[in-house]
Amino acid sequence: MQNIVKEKKNNSFTKKNLLITAGIILGFLVVMYLAEGNLLNRQYKSLIVPIGIYIILAVSLNLTTGFLGELSLGHAGFMAIGAYTGALITLNLNMPEAVEFIIALIVGGFIAAIFGVLIGVPVLRLKGDYLAIVTLAFNEIIRSIINFLGITGGAMGLSKIPRYTNYIWVYILVVLTIVIITNLVNSRHGRAISAIRDNYVAAESIGLKVSKYKVMAFVIAAFFAGIAGVLYGHNLSVLKPADFDYNKSIEILVIVVLGGMGSVRGSVIAAAVLTILPEVLRAADDFRMLLYAVVLIAMMLFNSSGIRTKLEESGKLPKLPKLTRNRAK
Amino acid sequence: MGSVLEQLINGLGTGSIYALIALGYTMVYGIAKMINFAHGDIIMVGAYVLYVTVTQFKLPVIAAVAITVTFCAVLGITIEKIAYKPLRKAPSLAVLITAIGMSFLLQSLALLIFNANPIAFKSIIDVQTVKLGNTTVSGVTLVTLIVTMICMITLSLFISKTKAGSAMRAVSEDKAAAQLMGINVNRTISMTFAIGSALAAVAGILFVCQYQSIKPTLGALPGIKAFVAAVLGGIGSVPGAMIGGVLLGVIESISKAYISSELTDAIVFGVLVLVLLVKPSGLLGKNRIEKV
Repeated sequence: MQNIVKEKKNNSFTKKNLLITAGIILGFLVVMYLAEGNLLNRQYKSLIVPIGIYIILAVSLNLTTGFLGELSLGHAGFMAIGAYTGALITLNLNMPEAVEFIIALIVGGFIAAIFGVLIGVPVLRLKGDYLAIVTLAFNEIIRSIINFLGITGGAMGLSKIPRYTNYIWVYILVVLTIVIITNLVNSRHGRAISAIRDNYVAAESIGLKVSKYKVMAFVIAAFFAGIAGVLYGHNLSVLKPADFDYNKSIEILVIVVLGGMGSVRGSVIAAAVLTILPEVLRAADDFRMLLYAVVLIAMMLFNSSGIRTKLEESGKLPKLPKLTRNRAK
Repeated sequence: MGSVLEQLINGLGTGSIYALIALGYTMVYGIAKMINFAHGDIIMVGAYVLYVTVTQFKLPVIAAVAITVTFCAVLGITIEKIAYKPLRKAPSLAVLITAIGMSFLLQSLALLIFNANPIAFKSIIDVQTVKLGNTTVSGVTLVTLIVTMICMITLSLFISKTKAGSAMRAVSEDKAAAQLMGINVNRTISMTFAIGSALAAVAGILFVCQYQSIKPTLGALPGIKAFVAAVLGGIGSVPGAMIGGVLLGVIESISKAYISSELTDAIVFGVLVLVLLVKPSGLLGKNRIEKV
């Protein structure tokens, strides 16, 4: 059985990878054309970077929420750690731009990942609702500590962060994120993660180390959230603790839910749609939060209604992994 | 900075508001096995309804309070019917996300109707400050303590003595068996939401009387803290919610006075994390056994 799987993988290896590489290059040309050409006005051009940042955030949150099946409400917290670490590095180092920024990205990601371990390990004992609340609690703890510390500028935040983030950096990192997460999800480890979501007890009983995989998913998601945070800070050039509250985490969650939990492609599309939509509907800016709320409720009602199953069976909608009922009876 | 006793009494005041909100969480969790994230925002709705009835319609205080409580109870039932009932067989993640959506929906509706600027609101509780030796207790705190005490005693009696109360206990114990015994499960769930939301409305009224300002996000933080209180006491347990709420209020007020007011939230949530790690089922909660 394993041989067949391996063989199949090897066959599709060259052709598929060539196509993917071509797609990545084509995508870059399209983004470059959009960013440099006259097709878009400045307002829309300024959206390219946020879209990329949200794609990274959504794809990484999808790993914990969609693939591992645990709701994490603390993604903005990891993002904050990355953003502040990165900003402090570029503000204090005096090195060439590219070197400084690469260091900021890597260190920002790693510090966020370390916090991912710190949070992931205790969180292992919990699941479902409790886990969601603890991640929310961690988000608030991180935010109030950032608010309290002197080095992070307290409630005033940090300003004059160099604007290093541009569409090239964002594009490279978006592609890296998507490639790494998709490969992970399709790998042996990714299947283990999905197995834990589908049936926790069964996964454990066939010898999967549930704790290990849970921490793994948390840490990887935190790492990418940290990187997205670094990009975010160097795009806005100012950071305030209030930017990373619970609402930010929900915003990312909305993207994941709209795109489909367990679908990387869906997250990418939803990130673009939900970033562009409020700009297009400028007049309806007040309705943005309302829109998010309605999206969350409507998607959940739609997913568990019969319509979704019918559409999936007739092939009109891609099939998403079914979440298991792990509610106490 | 007052004496330790004063801080304790203040903490008791805030804590009893948390306890009222936590009761709603715990009852709904016991019956519907879900965290009703929108519960905190019911407090906010209650505050706004009170504001509208008192300042716009110029109703007497008693009538305004009655309307507020009824409105929130009906709102609670409506939310359950629209958003949660269709998801009763859905995975817990779906229900949790819907509840978060509901919370967002209430907040953004309030934002659209009343906009984000905080509204100043004069307390409807007109009780003089009481002096006991060196410690002063504000009238609002005193009323808060008395009102919560009455609510809790009534609720405990209701749950333990009446037929509807035992129906609630039966449904939270075993839904299917309760149905077989002829209990109307849907009605019991609606009733739980109504009671929980009514308690949240009372909490909302007491809350605005204490802080005298209303904004759309008013319910979010007390909501989450009340949830922490519910977990601290053991979610699903009614006395646990009361103890947890009061304990949390005291911890908060002490750390605000003696440690740092900026770190208060971090300390409160730190307590939650600690409790969940040491005793995941809370102080008075029952251990759940994982069944295949």
